[in-house]
Amino acid sequence: MQTPAPFEYEHASSVDEALALLERHGPETRLVAGGHSLLPMMKLRLARPERLVDVNDLTDLAYVRREGDQIAIGALTRHAQLASSPLLASLYPIFQDAERVIADPVVRNRGTIGGSLCQGDPAEDLSAVVATLGGSLKIRSRTGERVVAARDFYLGPYETQVGPAEMVTEVVIPIRPGAGSAYEKVERRPGDWAIAAVGCFLTVSGGVIADCGIGLAAVGAPGLPALEAEAALRGRPAGEEAYAAAAQMAAAHCRPQTDQRGPAEYKRDLVAELTRRALRRAAARVMAGGA
Amino acid sequence: MTATTPVPLSPAGNPIGFGRMLRKEDARFLRGQGHYLDDIKLPGMLHGAILRSPHAHARLVSIDTSAAEAHPKVKAVITGAMLEGLKLAWMPTLSRDVQAVLATDKVRFFGQEVAFVVAEDRYSARDALELIVVEYEPLDPVIDARLALAEGAPVIRDDIEGKKDNHIFDWEAGDREATDRVFSEAEVVVAQDMLYPRVHPAPMETCGSIAHMDRVTGQLTAWSTTQAPHAHRTLYSLVAGLPEHKVRIISPDIGGGFGNKVGIYPGYVLAVVGSIVTGKPVKWVEDRSENLISTSFARDYHMHGEIAASRDGKIKGLRVRVLADHGAFNGTAQPTKFPAGCFHIFPGSYDLDAAHCEVTGVYTNKAPGGVAYACSFRVTEAVYLVERMVDVLADELGIDPAELRRINLLRPEQFPYTNKTGWVYDSGDYGRTLEVALEKAGYTELRRRQAEGRERWRAAGGSPEDPGAGGEHLMGIGLSFFTEGVGAGPKKHMDILGLGMADGCELRVHPTGKAQLRISVQTQGQGHETTFAQIVAHELGIPPEDIEVIHGDTDNTPFGLGTYGSRSTPVSGAAAAVVSQRVREKARIVAAAALECSPEDLEWELGRWQVKGDPEKGKTVAEIAMLAHGTLELPEGVEGHLDASVVYDPPNLTYPYGADICVVDLDPGTGRVKVDRFIAVDDCGPRINPMIVEGQVHGGLADGVGMALMEAIQFDRSGTCLSGSLMDYLLPTSLDCPSWELGETVTPSPHHPLGVKGVGESATVGSPPAVVNAVIDALEPFGVRHADMPLTPAQVWLAMRGRPLRTDIVEM
Repeated sequence: MQTPAPFEYEHASSVDEALALLERHGPETRLVAGGHSLLPMMKLRLARPERLVDVNDLTDLAYVRREGDQIAIGALTRHAQLASSPLLASLYPIFQDAERVIADPVVRNRGTIGGSLCQGDPAEDLSAVVATLGGSLKIRSRTGERVVAARDFYLGPYETQVGPAEMVTEVVIPIRPGAGSAYEKVERRPGDWAIAAVGCFLTVSGGVIADCGIGLAAVGAPGLPALEAEAALRGRPAGEEAYAAAAQMAAAHCRPQTDQRGPAEYKRDLVAELTRRALRRAAARVMAGGA
Repeated sequence: MTATTPVPLSPAGNPIGFGRMLRKEDARFLRGQGHYLDDIKLPGMLHGAILRSPHAHARLVSIDTSAAEAHPKVKAVITGAMLEGLKLAWMPTLSRDVQAVLATDKVRFFGQEVAFVVAEDRYSARDALELIVVEYEPLDPVIDARLALAEGAPVIRDDIEGKKDNHIFDWEAGDREATDRVFSEAEVVVAQDMLYPRVHPAPMETCGSIAHMDRVTGQLTAWSTTQAPHAHRTLYSLVAGLPEHKVRIISPDIGGGFGNKVGIYPGYVLAVVGSIVTGKPVKWVEDRSENLISTSFARDYHMHGEIAASRDGKIKGLRVRVLADHGAFNGTAQPTKFPAGCFHIFPGSYDLDAAHCEVTGVYTNKAPGGVAYACSFRVTEAVYLVERMVDVLADELGIDPAELRRINLLRPEQFPYTNKTGWVYDSGDYGRTLEVALEKAGYTELRRRQAEGRERWRAAGGSPEDPGAGGEHLMGIGLSFFTEGVGAGPKKHMDILGLGMADGCELRVHPTGKAQLRISVQTQGQGHETTFAQIVAHELGIPPEDIEVIHGDTDNTPFGLGTYGSRSTPVSGAAAAVVSQRVREKARIVAAAALECSPEDLEWELGRWQVKGDPEKGKTVAEIAMLAHGTLELPEGVEGHLDASVVYDPPNLTYPYGADICVVDLDPGTGRVKVDRFIAVDDCGPRINPMIVEGQVHGGLADGVGMALMEAIQFDRSGTCLSGSLMDYLLPTSLDCPSWELGETVTPSPHHPLGVKGVGESATVGSPPAVVNAVIDALEPFGVRHADMPLTPAQVWLAMRGRPLRTDIVEM
């Protein structure tokens, strides 16, 4: 049994109460929801918060709903809810693609989108999905709320824009009628973190790529967008030639590191291959959607 | 003797003998009511925690424990210096080396034990570790085993007087001269280097112990996660100088062992010391990371194989050089005479003219051990070597791997067969087992589909330059044929620290006909409580539900060396059969006295002695048991009661064998491999409980897939273990496993009283080369002949490009 360092524990029954506790107890206080990243780190004593504020009772933050031309996802929405949401399945199947390869059912039943994004693990899948889709995060404090684009959310690995007395309450994704999307991941074993993963979406108008997004996991910053590849795709006819060019750009853009999952050159090659595959699959879904 | 004849069923519906029945132990395990070490809570019990080294190699300059001692819940802090005073700083290993209980002079591996804290609870003990201040002077480590004997390499074991290098042993087997001759005359010689990486048993339950030294009686009781309680008792006695009759080892339910729980770890000794110092029971249970970084690993064999053959595929000879990485202390668990265990069974299942191996053991700055891990004493490494070499030869000669095996497998008329390194294989019909497996796999059809798939891949644009083009996958088909020598072992050949490997067994039939069987081996999940009851049922006709199997407590069971190397059924199973037969013969005398006839006039009908020619007249075992405990007058010299005890010294090992066929799907664009099918045909002799045998095979196959594709204990160049959690040390899950396709052939062992051969490690031994051969076969379009395990997506991707990596060290 692994034993964490001593810590205090409280649970919050509202967002306001959670924010008040964060403010009162200072920067060594951490929110805990699913706890699937934080608790293992605490047990290994890599993380040593003085106090945990349990937000699992904030069930009013568990939702996936359409709000005008956006999808709003509450921060306490569990992976399993994302995986089974008909709304996401119809508008952005990239969520289902990703959820199918995130950890295992036990983790997916407890882990939340808010926790996943705020952990800031460079290999985390939902960070890449939300960055791909150009989503944004609502961050609340006692004094107000601000909205930060997912692509600006990370200051570095395990480091986000969220201040010590703030919490993410919602993730917002713009709806793009007719978009196709997909997520491709290679891991050493089902349930493992990605060696590399690529998410993308496409909208196509008259055979030409009108809009697109590409997000990478495990090969640089969390939710790393492949900006050059995106720019190169826009306005170009959808097809293998465009995908191949984007794949090369994404591979050139990423910054993989050699580790136990493999050498950097492999990961770079994988990004190219997975970019091609994700684009093909997303494009097929555009067609299937009748756009 | 055969398992195929139908046996009568008991009132509970269980076979009175061999056959499928649910495991007796499952009722408690499935309800979460097993009683494991960490479930044991004694009054006043304290908790221990170990401070471990962050360096692979460093001189200990100083240790300051004052802050830890001041912690309000800490009862004792123990250091190596304190142990030196008690002459307990070093303990003997199973290979006649010594290992530091707590470091005194240097630390020699990442994770080595440096100090021990005893506190009121586990959290406080762990907290107090952070209050200990240790000053280290880092030294250059030896991490690369291939450089351990290099000129000027740092000397790890300067504690051994006069030690000037990192050499442990040289050992050889087979006929060097004859082998060299065969090679010099051979038409074809192929060589291949291969690493069987360091892997870890990773049992679900980690290791631990609760020691209670009773100051009044002087009795030490240790509850311990051990596969070998009797061996532990003797070792505790030798380590601590405790009188052996005052030492009692109790092994409760064990959550998996796989060889990890054979040896004695510093934590066990420290729990004893903690109890001596505090006068209270002390519990120490390691956490997952401690288990992975510090306890007995397996394998770590750097092998160079050479195979000689004629051009038409007749194998002539096999030659192997091995560099064996034993870590910082030689703690490998092997029979004394065999420092490389049974590795010299490497000629495998083949009829060849000569074979020779040389093994050199070296120290490195890594965790010690090298214990079994489901390998029947390094048969795993041997089988991997020969089965890879046969495929390398097949590739060289352009002969189908199945055909090459067909040409060279030993023939039934050659048994008993003395192989070229001296093993006497007891029985076998290898060709038939291979054909059953090939038939089951639909081998010819598989090869046809594989060829079509390769054609599709090429047509779609796939090529070595652009493997992923076109998106077509490639099929790989891999075979292996293994022969194990298990059931260690005959006392004349095998001992550990001078202790022979014979097993005791006691059987008591109570007056009402219910029985207790006391065995010396220790189940870790293999189902002994069921299998051994079925053996007694088979011999005595007592229903298995009426037989209690008692194990795991040295005060209540006869001596024996425990469960590992698939030895339980071959050795203790034989003992159980023999002791049952003794009781049966005693029952015959009692029955004869009751029926007023001569024992020779009686014949045995399962569960009953009856008069020949007058079967109405007879006595059941239950009736005989009551008579034996009653007032019946017995013949001169016959004592009452119905019990017996035996010690079984096996005349030879048993030699289970089998054929494995693996089919994989390779995604050449990513390097990802998926096992699509796995066919395993095992011949382990008659199957006592086929369900349990199949369960053992399923587990072993999963294990083999894990080792082939994902498992490795890896280090960086500084010696930090990179595999200290189950996020880093990957174990296979159900998602990595296909639906296993099992088959059997039955060739009894001629010398075992039940003909059974043992099966615990068969699948673990046989499956890794089948998976690797399948992956290498899938890589045929890339001209790949070998890549080391684990064949992760990265390793496969690199292999496609002709530059697979070493998998023991990760270059960051």
